[in-house]
Amino acid sequence: MTKVIQAKAHVYLIDNIDTDRIIPGKYTKTLDVAALAAHVLEDLDVEFVHKVQPGDLLVAGHNFGCGSSREQAPLALKAAGVSVVIARTFARIFYRNAINIGLPLVEVTHHTIQSGDWVSVDLANGRVTNHTRQERYQVTRMPQQMIDILNAGGLVNYLIQHGGYV
Amino acid sequence: MAMAQTVSEKIISSHAGAPVQAGEIVIVRVDGVMATDATAPLAIQAFRSMGGQRLWDGARVSLVIDHAAPAPNETVSNLHNLMRRFAAEMGCRLYDVGAGICHQLMVEDGRVRPGDLFMGADSHSPTYGALNAFGIGVGSTDLAAAMLTGKTWLKVPQSIRITLNGRLPKGVSAKDLVLFLVGQLGPDGANYQAIEWTGEIVKNMTLASRMVLANMSAEMGAKTGLVDPTGLELPYPFTPILPDVGAVYARELTFDASTLRPQIARPHAPANVAPIDQFLGIKIHYAFIGSCTNSRLEDLHAAAAVLKGQRLPKGVRLLIAPASKWVFDQALQDGTIATLSDAGAIFITSGCGPCVGSHLGIPGDDEVIISSTNRNFKGRMGNPKAHIYLGSPAVVAASALAGAIAEP
Repeated sequence: MTKVIQAKAHVYLIDNIDTDRIIPGKYTKTLDVAALAAHVLEDLDVEFVHKVQPGDLLVAGHNFGCGSSREQAPLALKAAGVSVVIARTFARIFYRNAINIGLPLVEVTHHTIQSGDWVSVDLANGRVTNHTRQERYQVTRMPQQMIDILNAGGLVNYLIQHGGYV
Repeated sequence: MAMAQTVSEKIISSHAGAPVQAGEIVIVRVDGVMATDATAPLAIQAFRSMGGQRLWDGARVSLVIDHAAPAPNETVSNLHNLMRRFAAEMGCRLYDVGAGICHQLMVEDGRVRPGDLFMGADSHSPTYGALNAFGIGVGSTDLAAAMLTGKTWLKVPQSIRITLNGRLPKGVSAKDLVLFLVGQLGPDGANYQAIEWTGEIVKNMTLASRMVLANMSAEMGAKTGLVDPTGLELPYPFTPILPDVGAVYARELTFDASTLRPQIARPHAPANVAPIDQFLGIKIHYAFIGSCTNSRLEDLHAAAAVLKGQRLPKGVRLLIAPASKWVFDQALQDGTIATLSDAGAIFITSGCGPCVGSHLGIPGDDEVIISSTNRNFKGRMGNPKAHIYLGSPAVVAASALAGAIAEP
C-alpha cells in the first residue's frame, strides 16, 4: 500500500459519537449508498453534508462509532466523500466495519488538528502530518490482519484474492 | 501445564483448534450466524460480491425480519422480499414479520446453545452470553464472510470480572444492575474486552434477567458479556463452562447490590446513569416497553404487577412490543395481556421499531419518553428533538401510571 491521502480536516472533537449520529436508524434500511450519504452526521452537524468535499478527512474524539453494528455508518461516510477517519479511539464494531468496506481509519491519541487544517495520512507507514501546523503525530498500529484486509480494498476483495481466511 | 483460562479463552480455544490466550488474533469456526432486516440486505449483497453460490451450512444461518416489521414502506418491503428469496434459494431459516426480536428468537428456538461461538449482525449479540455462549456483534460484510466460510477472525479479548453480591431489593431488577454498571464503566469501559458476570445475585437469576446483563454489556463497548452458568436452567442438558482458578482478568469489580436504588439513564447516552431519586416527577408523554433488553414475559409481569386494576392517565401513551410471538402468547394465556390492555396499554408487533426509530412510535419534538430499551442516543427513536430516559419495565409502568418518572 503506497497510498498517501492529503486533504482538509473536519474536526468534531467529541467523544462517543455513536452510530445513530453518524446515520440515524430511520435511514438505514436501504441499499442506496447515496441515500445514506445525504443524511450522514445529520444529528451531529446538519451542515456537514454541504461542507464535505470528496477526499476530506473526518477527525473525532474517543470511542468513535459506538452503538449499533450498522455498516451503513462507515458506508455513509465513505459515500459522502470522507477518505479517512482519524479518531483518538474507535469502537470495535465500527472499526471492523470500516476496514471491511475499505474506509481507512487511523487512531491518533494526541494531536492538535483543527477544522480546515491540511493533513496528510500515510497509511503504509502509519504517519499523520499536519501541514498547516507543521506537526507530526504518532499513530497506533493496526493488527496485521486488518492491514491485509485494508490493502485488499476491503473484506470482499480479500476473500476473493485469498479464497478464504488465511 | 495448561494456562488457566477465562470463559472467553476457553470458548475461543475450542473454536480455534488450539489453546489461545488474550491478545492473540485467531481464525475461528462459528456455530451459527444471524442477520436482521437492518443488516441482512447488505450482507446478502456482500455475499454475492464475494462470489457466494451457497451457504457454508444453511441449517446454521438465521435471517430475522424484526427491525422494521411490518414494513413501513415499499423500500423496506422490497428488502424483506430480498431476504425471503435468499432464504428460500439458500435453504436457511427465515423468521418473518412478528415472529419476534432476533436475540430472543435465537435463544428461544435453540439456535444458539451453551459453549457456542455465535455471530450476529447486530450489536446486541452479546445477549447469548446469558446461555454461556460467546456472542459477538459484527457488521454485514463480516457476517457475509461467515455465511460463506463458516469462519471469522477475532482478537481474543481480555476479560473484566464483575461480581454482584447481596440480595436485590424489591422493585430493583437486572436492568437497574446493568444500568448501574454502564454508569460505572462508561461507554467504552470494556471496549475490546469481554465481561464475565458472576456473584450470588447472578447465580440466582432467571434466564431472562441474565439476558439483560449480557445484552447491555454492549453499552460498555464490550465484545461480549458472559454470565456465570451456575444455576442456569435450560430445557436441554448442557455442560457449563466456568473460568479456571487463576484465570487472568484485566479488572475485577465487586459490588453489593443490597441497597441499590432503581437506576435511570438520562438523555442522550446510556452511560448517563443516576439513581431514580434525581429524576422523580419529570413529566413523561410516552412510555415504551420493548426491545431485546426488556420485553420478555417477566418484564410484562413486572409491568402488570404495577398496572393491575389501574388506569393510565390522559395524555400518556404506553406502547408494548413483546419480545416474541411466543412471549405474547404466554402473556395472553396467563392474563397479563388483559391486565395491561385494561390499564390502557397498546400492543404493537413484536420487533425493534420504536427502539431503533424505524416506525411504530416515533416521538414528537420535545416529547419525553421513559423506555425499557437499551439506548437513548440523540435521535435514537427517530427524532433528535425527543428526550429518552431508560429504566426497568417496572419503572416504565410506574412512570406511565404517574405521568412522570416514578418508582414502582
